[in-house]
Amino acid sequence: MLRHALLALLQSDVPGLPEHRVANMFNPLASPGASEKEIALLTFAVTGAIFVVVAGLIVFAMWRFRRKPGDDERQEPPQVYGSNQIEVAWTVIPILIVFVLIGVSARVIVGVENASPPPATVKLTLVGHQWWWEVDYPEFKVHTANEIHVPVAHNGSHATYLTLESADVIHSFWAPQLAGKVDLIPNRQNFTWIDPSEPGVYFGNCAEYCGTQHANMLLRVIAQEPADFNRWAAAEAKPAVDDPEMAAAKAMYQSLSCVNCHTIRGTSSRGTFGPDLTHLMSRETIGAGVLTNTHEHLRAWVDDPQESKPGSLMPSMKLTDRELNQVVAYLETLK
Amino acid sequence: MANEEILTVDALTLERHWTLPDRGKVGIVFLIITESVLFSMFVAAYLIYLGKSLVGPYPKDVLDVPILATICLLSSSLTVYLAEHALSKNELGRFKFWWIVTICLGLEFLMATGLEWKKLIYEDHLTISTNLFGTTFYSLVGLHASHVTVGMIFLLVVLAVTLMGFPIQTQFRRVLFLSWYWHFVDAVWVVVFTVVYIIGR
Amino acid sequence: MASIDYPLDRPRQEEEAHSFSESLYSWVATVDHKRLGLMYVVSALIFLVIAGIMALVIRMQLMFPDGHVVGPDTFDRLFTMHGTTMVFLVGMPMVAGFSNYLVPLMIGARDMAFPRLNAFGFWIFLFGGLLLYFSYIGGGGLGGAGSAPDVGWFAYAPLTSKAFSRGAATDYWALGILVSGAGSIASAINVIATTISLRCPGMTLSKMPMFVWVMLVDSWLILIALPPLSAAQIMLLMDRQLGANFFDTRAGGSAVLWQHLFWIFGHPEVYILIFPAFAILSEVIPIFSRKPLFGKPAMVGAVVAIGFISLGVWAHHMFAIGMTAWSNTFFAAASMLVGVPTGIKIFNWTATMYGGRIRYSVPMMFCCGFLLHFLVAGLTGIMLAVAPFDWQLHDSYFVVAHFHFTLIGGLVFALMAGMYYWFPKVSGRLLSEKLGKWSFWLLVVGFNMTFIPLHFVGFLGMPRRIYTYTADRGWNTINFVASIGALIQAVAIACFAWNVLYSLKKGEHAGDDPWDAWTLEWATTSPPPEYNFEKLPVVRSGRPLWDLKHPHDPDWKYE
Repeated sequence: MLRHALLALLQSDVPGLPEHRVANMFNPLASPGASEKEIALLTFAVTGAIFVVVAGLIVFAMWRFRRKPGDDERQEPPQVYGSNQIEVAWTVIPILIVFVLIGVSARVIVGVENASPPPATVKLTLVGHQWWWEVDYPEFKVHTANEIHVPVAHNGSHATYLTLESADVIHSFWAPQLAGKVDLIPNRQNFTWIDPSEPGVYFGNCAEYCGTQHANMLLRVIAQEPADFNRWAAAEAKPAVDDPEMAAAKAMYQSLSCVNCHTIRGTSSRGTFGPDLTHLMSRETIGAGVLTNTHEHLRAWVDDPQESKPGSLMPSMKLTDRELNQVVAYLETLK
Repeated sequence: MANEEILTVDALTLERHWTLPDRGKVGIVFLIITESVLFSMFVAAYLIYLGKSLVGPYPKDVLDVPILATICLLSSSLTVYLAEHALSKNELGRFKFWWIVTICLGLEFLMATGLEWKKLIYEDHLTISTNLFGTTFYSLVGLHASHVTVGMIFLLVVLAVTLMGFPIQTQFRRVLFLSWYWHFVDAVWVVVFTVVYIIGR
Repeated sequence: MASIDYPLDRPRQEEEAHSFSESLYSWVATVDHKRLGLMYVVSALIFLVIAGIMALVIRMQLMFPDGHVVGPDTFDRLFTMHGTTMVFLVGMPMVAGFSNYLVPLMIGARDMAFPRLNAFGFWIFLFGGLLLYFSYIGGGGLGGAGSAPDVGWFAYAPLTSKAFSRGAATDYWALGILVSGAGSIASAINVIATTISLRCPGMTLSKMPMFVWVMLVDSWLILIALPPLSAAQIMLLMDRQLGANFFDTRAGGSAVLWQHLFWIFGHPEVYILIFPAFAILSEVIPIFSRKPLFGKPAMVGAVVAIGFISLGVWAHHMFAIGMTAWSNTFFAAASMLVGVPTGIKIFNWTATMYGGRIRYSVPMMFCCGFLLHFLVAGLTGIMLAVAPFDWQLHDSYFVVAHFHFTLIGGLVFALMAGMYYWFPKVSGRLLSEKLGKWSFWLLVVGFNMTFIPLHFVGFLGMPRRIYTYTADRGWNTINFVASIGALIQAVAIACFAWNVLYSLKKGEHAGDDPWDAWTLEWATTSPPPEYNFEKLPVVRSGRPLWDLKHPHDPDWKYE
């Protein structure tokens, strides 16, 4: 038990990184998020002022002009039909307020959407699947899933540019502390960029309903210091660990139809329907964040994914205990 | 007291001179408006997907301009006007003549559409599922043809009851509104024709 | 005496006993706008309870993290059916019900322009709704897949394609709503023809009650906004059943096309839904403030402006799909602009109260609730219109909180005001003030308890339409409180239902004009006879009953 717990701790490629599980958009740690927070605060100020004034007037009118006990029932108050000056006033003032908001919004929209990439940019392609994320870094020859490693951006360099695509339905990439959301739409390429200013694990969710397990298509954006990121990328680019002692377990794995859906680079497992497993054990979680990557969880997942993620497109292969043990043992070598 | 008297006199005058538009006219006009919006959506889809089909057949390969059918349908607007005009003057014989001509012209249009589709499906192998052109073509032209068909059914009903002796001139208003619907269907064809056979080819 | 029958409290005529089948037939075969209007409203209320129960189950599932009340499939069907039912089977029939019942009475007519079309509209609406619900039984399709639709009320492609939505569930969604929509179009044409062609002598358009004006513009909006939805649903059915490629990305089709078509309908739709609230407030607030509606011409202008502008803001639902900066800016600007005429209306209602002598009967209490809630809703709407802010808020619980503020805090409160106000006219009996006040306060507390906190989980990253969440995201307390609020809302609605059922039998008799009002529906009995008025009225101002009650100071002296 203890050994497993220690292993679980050490398995994490990101020991010591602060986790931002509560993804508060008002605590941004990247520029897009920061400019969105700024405009949010301005909007709060404007709408807050409007609320105080108008609600105040409404409540004042409700209280001041209520019928009082001594009032004569049959006497009607002065019948006022309207006032052109007042109508003009409370048309013009809101229009002016709206123009201010439009101007500010336009500036931020252009700033975020039309930003040109700063130097030393890392480029990755994120492809949405039902219900997991495919992550591809063409320049680094890294192909992984679900946990998105990016370098911390220092002084405007090492920002990360994401190309967003979808393999099936519409998904949406949303890590609130980093940036606003952008959709992943089939047959279309969208773009977004983030420049995390601090190392950490930033949590997020798929933010466009994409079917049964939309709730469990979780995001972890792992921002590391550039040196750590490069080390990670170099490790990920290598083909799968091939431990000669695990030959039998590997053979068992390759004899099953897992190979039709999953890729393990350097082996005959070349399916692309499911996540790449080449460095499965470098990930903190499995099932796109639904389970932590422990021995028990991994075993339970391979045995029957429907238990933890009902509706998931990975079927239970109905393995015998022996087959299951060997497969899990093999997977656990894929560091 | 003085106020009440004035009110009564005003009221009587008002009642005598109070005329508002015919409710049937309003109804048919707004039906036409809402149907126009519906057609616009399919026209928009056609235009958006023009040139975007990933596989053939393509419009210029398979579309023949339906000149005769168009002439028939557009003339039927004229003939239906002549029919309804005759009815407004109680000339039943002339009404029946032009009404039948309208029906024949409409039938010709529908038959021509059917033949065109037969050719496209069986010879050119273009179906609604073949490509974007097939999808947008059959849905737009089909939507129009279905409206022609509905109009045709009503035209035939009017013809049937007239031939069976019903005094159709007592329903002149409704015949007029039906003719407006028929004009609408023709106007839509002008748009569809332009978009599909002129712009689209 | 002027040619209008002054309302007198006439003794109620004893009803002849009818057999059950005679009664049933008279309701099923009716073309009377009052009966059809009532049937629309009653159907809407029944669907409200059904969809409300769905909401309760949703809130119970989300009350705690890792909830196990229902599984993901059931949850997805619940939120889809809850949204679809509330918009199409509660909101739309309320529009039709209120306008069909009240418009002829308010303009001094005997019925709508097309009574048989009216009946057709009602029954096809009901049929469409039943077809949608039949999906629970019939949605099985091949291999037993599918049941009720589970694609969300706005049913984005390509999730709705045959590949990702197996079984017939999505087909029932598209077909049921398509059919039901035909009823809305019929009703809209009817309202327009009625207001244009059947006004009583003297009632020029400017003298038409504000309620009728709002319903007229609403009907225009329906005629223009519903066809894009129908077109989209026809296209979807063609894709699913005939292999068409409208939204098939593998054939080059566009998933975004669905979004454009849907929201070209969807945004005006929310104004279509809220207009009855505007209409009701414009009648109730003046009566209980004892003053005419402030700035009626400006109010008419504002309603028309809202109608127009609302047709041009749809892509604010699509800020996250990657449109160009110019497109995003345009739609942000237009969306903020539509807040201006809406604000003008709030100001005018407040100005109506200002200087008045406000009587806080239950209808007025609900109106005040509307004003404050709708103000909040409008302001959170401005927040959503600011596109960069929306990039965070879109598809989060902030949006859910915003639109429930407009729909419950706004529309439901206003509909309650309208029901408490006109229930006496429809039934001849008053609803209990005491039960009414209980239901009001319970609804205020429960509603705010649920939806104010939900704004904040939106800020904390909670997306919409998730069937569960883990305990470490910071969403636990808020969801718990929101779910308690839902239970309180349920009690409020139950209170209202009890009030209705009780008062129908034991309520105080209302007489023709219990509220001392000024529009024509109060100039006939409660309930009105089938022919509405003994003699069709002739009017000379926008407040004909005010003129009768104040012959030395009639409105037409000032108009």
